[in-house]
Amino acid sequence: MIRQLFILSSKGDPLLFKDFRGEAGDDVVNVFYQKVTALPGDQPPVVMVTSPPAFRDLHFLHVRQGGLYWVATTTADASPFTIIEFLNRLAALVKDYCGGLSEKSVQMNFALIYELLDEVLDYGYIQTTSSDMLRNFLQSEAVSSRPFSLFDLSNVGLFGADTQQSKVAPSSAAARPIQAGREQVSEIFVDVVERMSVVVGSNGVLMKADVEGEIRIKCFMPSCSEQWASCSAGSAGYGAAVRVDGCSFHQGVRLDEFDSHRILRLCPSQGEALYRFLLQTVMQYQLTDDLPTAPPFRLFPTIERDGTGRLILFLKLRCDLPPKRSVLLLNILSQELSSPDQSAELQSQNRAVAWQIPRLAGGTQLSALFKLDVPGLSSASMLEVGPVGLSFELPKFTATGLQIRFLRLSPVQPAPSQRWVRYVTHSDSYSIRI
Amino acid sequence: MPYLGGEETVRELKRALSNPNVQSEPLRYRNTVLRVVRAMSQGVNVSGLFSEMVKACATVDVVQKKLVYMFLCSYASLNPELSLLVINTLRKDCQDPNPMVRSLALRNMSNLRLPSLVEYVEQPLTAGLRDRAACVRRVAVLGWAKLYNLQPGSDIDAAVVNELYSLLRDPDPVVMVNCLRALDEILKEEGGVVINKPITHHLLNRMKECDVWGQCEVLRVLQRYRPQSDDELFDILSLLDASLVSSHPPVMAATLSLFLSLCADLPAVSLAAVERVSGPLLAACGSGSREMRFTALCHIQLLMRSVPGLMGPHFKRFFCGYAEPAYIKQRKMQIMVELVNDENVSMLLDELKGYCTDVNTDTAQAAITAIGRIGRSYSDRCLEILTGLLGLKQDHITSAVVQTMRDLVWVCPQSSDTVCSALEGCEETLQDSQGRQALLWLLGVYGEGVSSAPYTLEVFIDGVKSEVSSGVKMELLTATVRLFLTRPAETQDMLGRLLHYCIEEETDMCVRDLALLYYHLLKCGIEETRNVLQGRRSDPSLGVLIGRPADPISQWACSFNTLEPLKKGATETLTASRGSPEHEAPKPKTVVELSETLDCSHVHSDPPGSLSADQHSDSTADLPTTPLTLSLSPTISPEEFERLWLQCHSLLSEQDAEESNDFLQTEERIRCSAVLQRSPQILQAAMQLVNIQTLAFTPPCTLPWRVFFYTHTAGTPASSLILGELLYAGEADLQPAAQKDDEEAERKVDEDAAAGELKGREDGQVEVKVTLKQQPKDEKAVRAFLSVLSTVLHTLSSEKA
Repeated sequence: MIRQLFILSSKGDPLLFKDFRGEAGDDVVNVFYQKVTALPGDQPPVVMVTSPPAFRDLHFLHVRQGGLYWVATTTADASPFTIIEFLNRLAALVKDYCGGLSEKSVQMNFALIYELLDEVLDYGYIQTTSSDMLRNFLQSEAVSSRPFSLFDLSNVGLFGADTQQSKVAPSSAAARPIQAGREQVSEIFVDVVERMSVVVGSNGVLMKADVEGEIRIKCFMPSCSEQWASCSAGSAGYGAAVRVDGCSFHQGVRLDEFDSHRILRLCPSQGEALYRFLLQTVMQYQLTDDLPTAPPFRLFPTIERDGTGRLILFLKLRCDLPPKRSVLLLNILSQELSSPDQSAELQSQNRAVAWQIPRLAGGTQLSALFKLDVPGLSSASMLEVGPVGLSFELPKFTATGLQIRFLRLSPVQPAPSQRWVRYVTHSDSYSIRI
Repeated sequence: MPYLGGEETVRELKRALSNPNVQSEPLRYRNTVLRVVRAMSQGVNVSGLFSEMVKACATVDVVQKKLVYMFLCSYASLNPELSLLVINTLRKDCQDPNPMVRSLALRNMSNLRLPSLVEYVEQPLTAGLRDRAACVRRVAVLGWAKLYNLQPGSDIDAAVVNELYSLLRDPDPVVMVNCLRALDEILKEEGGVVINKPITHHLLNRMKECDVWGQCEVLRVLQRYRPQSDDELFDILSLLDASLVSSHPPVMAATLSLFLSLCADLPAVSLAAVERVSGPLLAACGSGSREMRFTALCHIQLLMRSVPGLMGPHFKRFFCGYAEPAYIKQRKMQIMVELVNDENVSMLLDELKGYCTDVNTDTAQAAITAIGRIGRSYSDRCLEILTGLLGLKQDHITSAVVQTMRDLVWVCPQSSDTVCSALEGCEETLQDSQGRQALLWLLGVYGEGVSSAPYTLEVFIDGVKSEVSSGVKMELLTATVRLFLTRPAETQDMLGRLLHYCIEEETDMCVRDLALLYYHLLKCGIEETRNVLQGRRSDPSLGVLIGRPADPISQWACSFNTLEPLKKGATETLTASRGSPEHEAPKPKTVVELSETLDCSHVHSDPPGSLSADQHSDSTADLPTTPLTLSLSPTISPEEFERLWLQCHSLLSEQDAEESNDFLQTEERIRCSAVLQRSPQILQAAMQLVNIQTLAFTPPCTLPWRVFFYTHTAGTPASSLILGELLYAGEADLQPAAQKDDEEAERKVDEDAAAGELKGREDGQVEVKVTLKQQPKDEKAVRAFLSVLSTVLHTLSSEKA
């Protein structure tokens, strides 16, 4: 049971506050913010208040999403799994309805969010969070907070030429508000999103590799009743069959043909034949320890001390992906470095050097040389260097090799004018020891 | 939040709302209302607009209606009279053909929270329960709960309750779940909604229609149900098996809670269920939301209290990602420490070593502490890493390493040599008082092993005037006096200076008192001082990390899936109960230690109280009986123990108490105090020192208090197995015991006073009944064993009683 729910900006301004049971004092928000800011470092998601008699036994639970605090107050015996999952789900709903998650978008759409909260929670009890049920009840129009920016134009090729970017589905489509005038175009997006968490030892041996992935379907269309998606048995390009350790499915997925043909059949819930959009994580899966392909990046570091007490760090980064793949954003973090060489920056409070590479083509390698003046350098200080953490996004690549073979909509429906199948792999944690 | 220009805004909004031109244009009207609500949510007091807003409520625009209702619900309590005007509109809306409008009106009517309006709300709510549209029924059901909470203590309308019970069969799953919630609130004083067999089966059958949240609610309510037969229980369990491994963590957690409460009497089934959820829990640990990760990690720690090996094969999943926040890293490290075994120790240490140089000092310190805890089992490897870290000369790392070494030496005295050699020269990098206190403690206790100890102390003593921390000063006093005992020639002069300063010039009373105490103690003579200060250097019994007994599931089952495991203190007390008491609480450390060491002199003057730290034979050596060697191998599993115990029992009854050749049963009483209050870990550790393996315990301070244990006697003439039980059943047990004592008087080993008279329990003295079963029979060995056992119990009770 949720007693109150509020959304705070990172500076502690209340953006939204709702008291479901009429039990709260006015300063609950302030009490929470004081508690949270008083905690050192990164705060665990549970904060508790007991002392002032006015708040008998307030238990705050919060998540951080989009730079905002999403806070629920509850009782001691509430299930943390339920409340945290709910807060995350609520943030996702707000994001879907408002087209983004920021202080601004929440402020501009506060009426819509209040409306949403009204339907999602009654008297502190969760009623429903399914977007197809909710959309019948929501009347307010979303206000897009996205200001006009020249940056959006950069995706359009010069003189109408197709760029690499435009072949990928426009990323803004997924971030568009659900309701804003999607009547005329019908689109379906199937996203395969994977997160890699990898540890590579100092000798280049892969010590740990986990992949968590999910298949998401977003569908904007006048009506759709049933659709099939299929994940491949994986003969294309990778040789071995796709191995996945554990998968779980959305409850609306029928698995009659999954074991034999790996076909997921998705049915609309509760016989509602007509609904305009659908947002579902259809399947979640994970793979531990055994990647079908080599890890996408290898790093060859050399560290030396020169005569003048400087630390010389030479990093060579090789991308082992097949050519034509490109990496969008890459961060390399390593400790105690200085003097920029490529496009790098010294973050002195983190004692780290961030090496940014806007794009790295598969099969190529880049190198960087950092010279560092470290006060009081000793041989022991060498121990302190590293590990190197990489953060990246690999479009059109899945670490497990999973691919969607086909996407079919039930024959009675008109085919959507646009279909997008997108693959992307993010780094959850990719660290290389030095 | 005060909002500048608030009054101006309110006036302007008021003008706009009452402007007929605005009212005639729906879009403009709606926008004005929107501005009011926006001002409200920004903290402006717009309660003055109440009457205008009441008028704005009569509109066909649903969005405007919603906004106005939101406003009205916030300010209704300030304007109860005006709110009466709204009721009419709301009641009219309840008749609207659009179900959405009906549910909206009904919800807001019950949200006004005005006791004076209850009579107007009841009728629409009753009608709402029978509405065609599910969304209206959902609202109406919860509306009744709101109504009852508005008038606490009012009579419960049986008709409504019956209606709500019958709505449990509503075709809409949300209505059904809301009925459970509403009944729970309405019948709070009678213990909530009644869950009988038909309702249970109905709920179970309909669970798959519910969404995640509904399922959780149903599972929570079902915890109240007690199945009537085992068959029914297992039917329910197998129905729920799929949701136990659900990919939705809330459902998984709620199902496990239900399993644990249903199977409270079936530990084996509970254990199997716990093992089943390890998969989904691990998946939640890799969830994209770090809050969810944290929650899952905390619950894994909880489960591991009962199944320590639960995550053993998956230890790599607990390696920290570099971008993870510190609180997740720390929990992961706590779990990694628990998972250490011979195969993975080098890999885990390697991983932890990497975290020691983390930029975040909390993470670095947690990693160093974790290595220290692993050091209790694998001291050589860990000390190597810790010594290497000292070379970094970073103050926070050095401080954490020295503290960790102190804790390690307390538990594993054998590592003191390595620690002593590592300590040289690290005082220069130590900045914080915690680290310096740890260094001083080590120098005091192991000063004879560190050649530079007097010089280090001298530096501290020279700087004592500028020292701010009283903790450091007190530790310095103790350390100097201790070092004086081992190396008097080098220390005498500086001790004199220190005592002089502390007694004459120090303003802190604690420090001054301690200095005075030492001064008088030294005047009493060097032997007295030695007795007081050189009592205990270590406590190996606290080092039980591997082979620690698993807690029964019932100990934590009630806190599973609540906020309890996530709280900050939850794990701290957990580690404290396993860690050294002297060190886990750093603040009052010196004080505790002092009283402890003073106490030790007491113990030492007590003849049977010497439980030597590292020699098993010591405790047996000073016994009058023939030497007896006990051993733990071959080990006996609890199941085997139970079988043997019962077998002996049946043999005994067959032969009618007549002792056969190969079998002996005997009962004894041992007087001891405070053993009952001992934690099982300490008792187990103490028993293990003399090679007695304990198998099962009741929790401390419960009656009857029982401990089961076994051991093997080796040698004369042949080895035999002893099974035993310690039992204290409370006062009532003493009466029959007194009679038995007469019959068994010849077997008295330990009693110097007649047990029959000893009902006096002054200073917590109690009689513990010992039942021993031996196979094959060897009376001599049993007598020797009994005296060992009584020595152990006496030591435990005299120590820190």
